[in-house]
Amino acid sequence: MQILILLVQIAILVGVVLLHVAYATYFERKIIGHMQVRMGPMLVGWHGLLQPIADGIKSFFKEDIIPEQADKPLFLAAPIICLVSMMVSLAVLPFAKGWALADINIGLLFIFAMSSLASYGIILAGWASNSKYTLLGGMRSMAQVISYEISLGLSLVGVMMLSGSLNLTQIVEAQGSSFTGMYIFTQPVAFFVFFVAMLAETNRVPFDLPEAETELVSGYCTEYSGMRYAMFFMAEYIGMFVMASIGVVCFLGGWNGPFNVPFFPPIWFILKVYLIMFVFIWIRATLPRYRYDQLMTIGWKLLIPLALGNIFFTGLVKIVIN
Amino acid sequence: MPGAFLPSEYLAILMLLLVGIAFGVITLWIGRYFRVQRPYFEKLVAYESGNPPTEAPRMRFSVKFYTIAILFIVFDVEAIFLYPWALVYDKLGMFALVEMFIFIILLLVGFIYAWKKGNLQWDK
Repeated sequence: MQILILLVQIAILVGVVLLHVAYATYFERKIIGHMQVRMGPMLVGWHGLLQPIADGIKSFFKEDIIPEQADKPLFLAAPIICLVSMMVSLAVLPFAKGWALADINIGLLFIFAMSSLASYGIILAGWASNSKYTLLGGMRSMAQVISYEISLGLSLVGVMMLSGSLNLTQIVEAQGSSFTGMYIFTQPVAFFVFFVAMLAETNRVPFDLPEAETELVSGYCTEYSGMRYAMFFMAEYIGMFVMASIGVVCFLGGWNGPFNVPFFPPIWFILKVYLIMFVFIWIRATLPRYRYDQLMTIGWKLLIPLALGNIFFTGLVKIVIN
Repeated sequence: MPGAFLPSEYLAILMLLLVGIAFGVITLWIGRYFRVQRPYFEKLVAYESGNPPTEAPRMRFSVKFYTIAILFIVFDVEAIFLYPWALVYDKLGMFALVEMFIFIILLLVGFIYAWKKGNLQWDK
């Protein structure tokens, strides 16, 4: 019985998130279109509203090309590893009080672990395709993800110190009891570090080096086609959703309204996630791409010292206040 | 929160894992009966901008990737050490701050060494 209820919950969660992911691609194309003074997708449905569904059906019926030289088992498994590890992190996100599928006490750590697993999918895809572009894309992606994961992890230590918990629900509740209801005001440096690291973790512009189309064609998914390519795409967008949700939970007050304005909690949560996603897309429409050495320099020489300094400063302030 | 370690919480995660795998596998498996499958030699060759591939694709790559990986392990372990420290910070107070300061200083020495050595400099 319990398993049945869980299955229904999982079906709802995955269904909602996949629909969200499909329409995130639509919003991205639409917003970038309008920022570049063009309309974006217009033909399929009213104002192109059915475009994501058409895209999904198209990729479902596309030929699944497996290169002759590819390492077949790894080549077949890589997209699924990517997608599954991203999907599993959805389980711990609290959309409202008690609305998390699994309210475990190490929620934040769990999400880090899962997003690290996704980089296995990327490196395996790069290696197994047996092509130069994919190997280079995979290696770059790996180095980028592990470099920025450190600053991502360190930036959240400040939040943990303030809330005293790794449980996402408790972090939100601890924030609700503070004056502004958001940690972004008490941890601005951490938020900056987190945001930059988040862009790099999800391979977004200006850090989309792994799939820099001008030099690496399409990076680690060059050899993929049809549904498998769509799975990498889905994994990337679910990753964006998860990272934006962590940002919302840890810095923007989760399901509580700003300054604790009451409203239906999940709406606040989704609105804040959309806000962060909009900034993602805005940045994509605005900024050029960094060079690879600049990317590494920012990660190691700027973000890590900043994050460490922030931890130390937070500790000092806490001692002084107490 | 002692009661939070109920296995039922992790059951949900296990189920989501299985559902995720099933979603991926079943979508691809059903798709086999619908999609076109017309492979020929040129299509199955690794993409290299239209030219026939030259050399082995699994070429040697820069040693920098290895040093980055080693540094990652050191710093990731540091970050993991900081998590429990951050959680009990309120209870330990000054002691925790001094202790972690010493720990971070020790790591910073290594960090500065790697910096001066040029391991963080990609274009050198």
